[in-house]
Amino acid sequence: MRTVLTIAALTLQEGSRRRVLRSLAVLTAVLLGLSAWGFSEIAADYGGLTSGEAKVAGSTVLNLVMFGFSLIAALGTAFLAGPTLSGEVESGVALAMMTRPIRRVQVLAGKWLGLVAFGAGFVTVAGVAQFVIVRVTVDYWPPHPVTGLLLLAGQTAALLTLGLLFSTAISPMASGIVAVGLFGATWIAGVVGSVGDALGNPSVAMVGTVSRMLLPTDGLWRGAMNSFQDPALLAQVGSGVEESPFLSMQPLTWVYLVWAAVWTALVLGLAALSFQRRDL
Amino acid sequence: MGQVIDSPAVWASNLRKRYKRRTAVDGVSFTVGRGEVLGLLGPNGAGKTSVIKMMLGLVRPDAGEVMLLGRPNTDPRSRQRVGYLPELFRYQPWLSADEVLRLHVRLAGVKVSGEDRRETLALVGLADRAGDRVGGFSKGMQQRLGLAVALVAGPDLVVLDEPTSALDPLGRADVRDLLLSLKDRGVAVLLNSHLIGEVERVCDRVMILDHGRVAASGTLAELLGRRSLRLHLTHVTPEAAALLEPCEREGDRYTIALPDDVPALVAGLVKLGVGVHAVEPARVSLEERLLDILREHP
Ligand SMILES: Nc1ncnc2c1ncn2[C@@H]1O[C@H](COP(=O)(O)OP(=O)(O)OP(=O)(O)O)[C@@H](O)[C@H]1O
Ligand SMILES: [Mg+2]
Repeated sequence: MRTVLTIAALTLQEGSRRRVLRSLAVLTAVLLGLSAWGFSEIAADYGGLTSGEAKVAGSTVLNLVMFGFSLIAALGTAFLAGPTLSGEVESGVALAMMTRPIRRVQVLAGKWLGLVAFGAGFVTVAGVAQFVIVRVTVDYWPPHPVTGLLLLAGQTAALLTLGLLFSTAISPMASGIVAVGLFGATWIAGVVGSVGDALGNPSVAMVGTVSRMLLPTDGLWRGAMNSFQDPALLAQVGSGVEESPFLSMQPLTWVYLVWAAVWTALVLGLAALSFQRRDL
Repeated sequence: MGQVIDSPAVWASNLRKRYKRRTAVDGVSFTVGRGEVLGLLGPNGAGKTSVIKMMLGLVRPDAGEVMLLGRPNTDPRSRQRVGYLPELFRYQPWLSADEVLRLHVRLAGVKVSGEDRRETLALVGLADRAGDRVGGFSKGMQQRLGLAVALVAGPDLVVLDEPTSALDPLGRADVRDLLLSLKDRGVAVLLNSHLIGEVERVCDRVMILDHGRVAASGTLAELLGRRSLRLHLTHVTPEAAALLEPCEREGDRYTIALPDDVPALVAGLVKLGVGVHAVEPARVSLEERLLDILREHP
């Protein structure tokens, strides 16, 4: 366990000393600034939060901005996850380290833990900052902020686990690109699925359901959106909103959450197997 | 516990490795005794680095077994007291030299004071760069840091894969002294090097690999045991030349395997009218021996 924590701390240190953290900070600041501007415009146009439309606008824009953050978190960790494992194997940094009395599984677990902490920390800081902005500008506070942030962190963890699995087998850049590509693909499949739902076309809706099972990032993201938006929204808006990619009508089921956890554990286990067999 | 101490530093049996269709290592067995210095020689691509990597568990062998310091190498604890300098030496560029050592000490699970870490860095000539980021180090400095990493946790076995490939002449001399001091302290060393002088100076035993097989191995005395005789001769007639066969000739200098009766040979040469200017015993150098062995082994 001490080895795992040592490696996790090393991974966090790598994240903070490489330029990743600074570029993340800049991106986040830009997004926060833009959203603060946008929300103050909404506030000016609707003049307070009495109207239901303002709630829809506020929820949608909040979700949109949070999607931006989840994208940044996903991109950032996926591109950290690749180099940190296969980059070290390629450069030779792994050689001296792996000949210490440690197991490869411990190294993998440590890296995973460090990356998850990194992603969760980012999501929390950026998310809370965003909530404060929404509160100040349009006086809106999401109903389940903690659940939402946990789900976002879970989404980040799922994606970076996939990135780690790829990076045990393919090159650092490729693993980052493939992970992010799949993330985007499931998101689009999710949108397609909700269009199918709206049109009452079950086979199109199936696309979203299946892709959400194969890679749970989109499902978790939908759950997170659901906990950020106003519950009164459902009643007010009625049908026609379902196809919006930035509003989610159903909260997550426990079964799906368990599946997401099992999925992540499976992928991590596969990564451990693949890393164990790899020639350094 | 006693059995653990008595066991050799390295015991490797019948190691094999194929990469795709190319056989890199083909049935290599060897031991390194406690406190012994074994030199690993051989041409490029002979499989030296592959053998070392399989030994340390970095590469999975297709067949064969390894024991390190009394434990099978599948057990991570077998590497508790092993130091390794890889052929490709790279360390976390975002850490300082001292932080790299601290990381390795922690992973090794031992306690080493800051004072001792500084001393190890001083030993490899990096005392004044302890706080600098490794990313800014020159190649030779990174190799020196690699030596420090291999030595910092108080190892009983040190594995060095071409430890002087990036070092300046002074650094090479330092490494030679370092190896001799390890030998004095009873630390076992596996040294892979293309610098034969280095190997000849410090190694107790030598193993020569070629095409993934052990072409020869033994103590220096065993390998170089074939003594020879060097003669400086003029007016060598064909009959006299026949007396000298087989020989190596460079101008007037002839080198032959040491005959049983040197005076009889000299008398025979003189009788044939050969001018004998000098007769001296010689020993083949490790380099000549290595080249001989590699030529015999197509
Ligand atoms: N990762 C790899 N993939 C494919 N082939 C490899 C790999 N590593 C080594 N080989 C092959 O194995 C053989 C032995 O390589 P190895 O690195 O062990 O040689 P070496 O004796 O250390 O050579 P050198 O003196 O050049 O360092 C070579 O033919 C090489 O091409
Ligand atoms: Mg080599």
